[in-house]
Amino acid sequence: MKLQSRHLLGLDGMSKEDIQLILDTAVSFKEVLDRPIKKVPPLQGKTIANMFFESSTRTRLSFELAERRLSADVVSFTTAGSSVSKGETLKDTARNIEAMKVDMVVIRHSAAGAAHFLSRVVQANVLNAGDGSHEHPTQALLDMFTLREKRGSLEGLHVCIVGDVTHSRVARSNIFGLITMGAKVSVCGPATLIPRDVEKLGVSVYHRLEDVLPKVDVLNVLRIQLERQERGLFPSLREYHRYFGVTKEKMALATKPVTIMHPGPINRDVEISADLADSEHSVILQQVTNGVAIRMAALYLLGTTN
Amino acid sequence: MKLLLKGGRLIDPVSGKDESLDMIIIEGRIEKIGTSLSADKSFQEINLTGKIVSPGLIDMHVHLREPGFEHKETIETGCAAAAAGGFTAVCCMPNTNPVIDDESVARYVREKAKSVCDGIVDVYPIAAATKGRQGAQLSPMAELVGAGAVGFSDDGSPIMSAEIMRRALEYSSMYGVPVIQHAEDSTLSHGGSMNEGYVSTRLGILGIPTIAEVLMVERDLTLLRYIPKARYHVAHVSAARAVDCVRRAKEEGLHVTCEVTPHHFTLTDEVVESYDTNTKMNPPLRTRDDVQALKEALRDGTIDVIATDHAPHTIDEKEVEYTSAPFGIVGLETAVGLSVAELVEQNILTLYQLIEKLSTNPRTILSLAPIKIAEGEPANLSLLDPHVEWTVDVQSFRSKSKNSPFHGRVLKGRAIGVMNNGNVRLSD
Repeated sequence: MKLQSRHLLGLDGMSKEDIQLILDTAVSFKEVLDRPIKKVPPLQGKTIANMFFESSTRTRLSFELAERRLSADVVSFTTAGSSVSKGETLKDTARNIEAMKVDMVVIRHSAAGAAHFLSRVVQANVLNAGDGSHEHPTQALLDMFTLREKRGSLEGLHVCIVGDVTHSRVARSNIFGLITMGAKVSVCGPATLIPRDVEKLGVSVYHRLEDVLPKVDVLNVLRIQLERQERGLFPSLREYHRYFGVTKEKMALATKPVTIMHPGPINRDVEISADLADSEHSVILQQVTNGVAIRMAALYLLGTTN
Repeated sequence: MKLLLKGGRLIDPVSGKDESLDMIIIEGRIEKIGTSLSADKSFQEINLTGKIVSPGLIDMHVHLREPGFEHKETIETGCAAAAAGGFTAVCCMPNTNPVIDDESVARYVREKAKSVCDGIVDVYPIAAATKGRQGAQLSPMAELVGAGAVGFSDDGSPIMSAEIMRRALEYSSMYGVPVIQHAEDSTLSHGGSMNEGYVSTRLGILGIPTIAEVLMVERDLTLLRYIPKARYHVAHVSAARAVDCVRRAKEEGLHVTCEVTPHHFTLTDEVVESYDTNTKMNPPLRTRDDVQALKEALRDGTIDVIATDHAPHTIDEKEVEYTSAPFGIVGLETAVGLSVAELVEQNILTLYQLIEKLSTNPRTILSLAPIKIAEGEPANLSLLDPHVEWTVDVQSFRSKSKNSPFHGRVLKGRAIGVMNNGNVRLSD
């Protein structure tokens, strides 16, 4: 089985078969992670560069772990301390890394389309680890993997994405992936943080959690960033928490058992109350574990089918 | 040089002529116009059967980049590109370094233009409306008009202050020169890189909403109603509703005109999906509905002018992340081909109307003397082949920059030569 593309840039346009293949492959890698010796050989001799132009601890660690467990050689850098801060362009940085005979590149960048850009200028396989507000495909894949584990199937599941959808790559990748897999997707957030024409992606829009909670199976709660308040997109964290924060009291409106997800890192008692984040509804830590398995699957499929 | 132009279709909106006529041109002057003209062997005979002879085309919205940004374009390479594209005149925008906000800079540009490309392309500066294009103080408009400026604009930046816009309209009205607005309320567009809508939502790129353009046009038209002697021209109109505003204002009788670029009537924001930074321009490419409205406005005369907003940038400047790339594309060498392919071939405009929008209308708006095609007059002509199909190859551009989204596209119609100021340039 092979993926249709030699890069993983996003879930927009990715076929159901490809998503299925990554999710299925991750099942066997998750099993590897439970063994006493957590290392397998498929990427032996391959070199992977993790290029993080934006700070990220969790995603970078997750990718590095996945790469090492597949026996790849790994080099990583984050913007601080690299030549990027000296004005080197993304293209030059990428070409230099490639000149060192790197086989795969994992990129995190603040600009939408950075991974697409990279895939045009280098020969290596490119994995998008988050490009601006555009996509974060491995996050959505691990979210879907976690839901499949917890709920059996994605087909017909109602997933509501709560929060700042406009600036969220996690939201976009989840919307594209979940709709392809047959889930029903809605978004709920302040009107100032819901992007224009989002309905045309096939989602329904809510501005009151109370309206959508009775209908959902899953809440995927996004991190709210303080800088959005500074830009005048919402009035205060207190008001945000009161009207869009997911709390035990609001959860009482649910009519079905609801699974709660969060891509992390959590602002406790802002977008989600601390007790809920730690409750039996929450799969937040499973998401982290599954992240390694999903990234192993994606790296394996791209790295062994050239 | 002595030329006999045989069999061409003369389209001259100034005199209203549209017929097959021969022409004898001696040393840049029209000696004779008639049918079945012949001449001796000392004349170069050019067979123009199936081709068009028109008054020289003018592109009233060009960035020549000199002085200050000669790595992108110079007056010389810009004029060479203009001539290759069929233009005998361009208006250059003032966002140079130094800014064209002082008569010395305006004179420099005009003088430099006379010394390049045998002076075949007339360069008319558009001067800054405000000092340094800062939007705070009026530029010395009277002096600038004296130095050859034909319009005022802070192009690239809108004139955000309503007070300054009011004063610019009032002051410029004394000289019959238009204020050309880059209509964009920058408080609404701040940080955006493409049209706001379904595609920007999918791509996660911050959008520039159409309301940024519409609001600014509405505001300016409100000012114009208050200062009806002024003349107001909307640069590169892109949004359907902005065109509606102009249409209604024209019906009221206001002195308002507007232009559209070939890329805005050809492409939609869907092409941004490629993340090709040659699809990034300001105003951004809009939706299909907007393109349809622009074409309708070209047809009904609401849009007076086709101008390219020729904006050269180097490959290194453009080959970066989409959101970091500068706005703009080159346009001089694809304007005729896109206009014929998208407008004439699709029955939006006749060739006659196209020449009005590429020559007579912009000259009227800028109060430039009409080009006379008559015996004894200097030959200021463009020769066009409206039937030839050709494939755009940016490497063949005379422009110093190659930033075009049309590389590889098949166009219809192309300039085959220009004549102006006693000189002739014919393509191979």
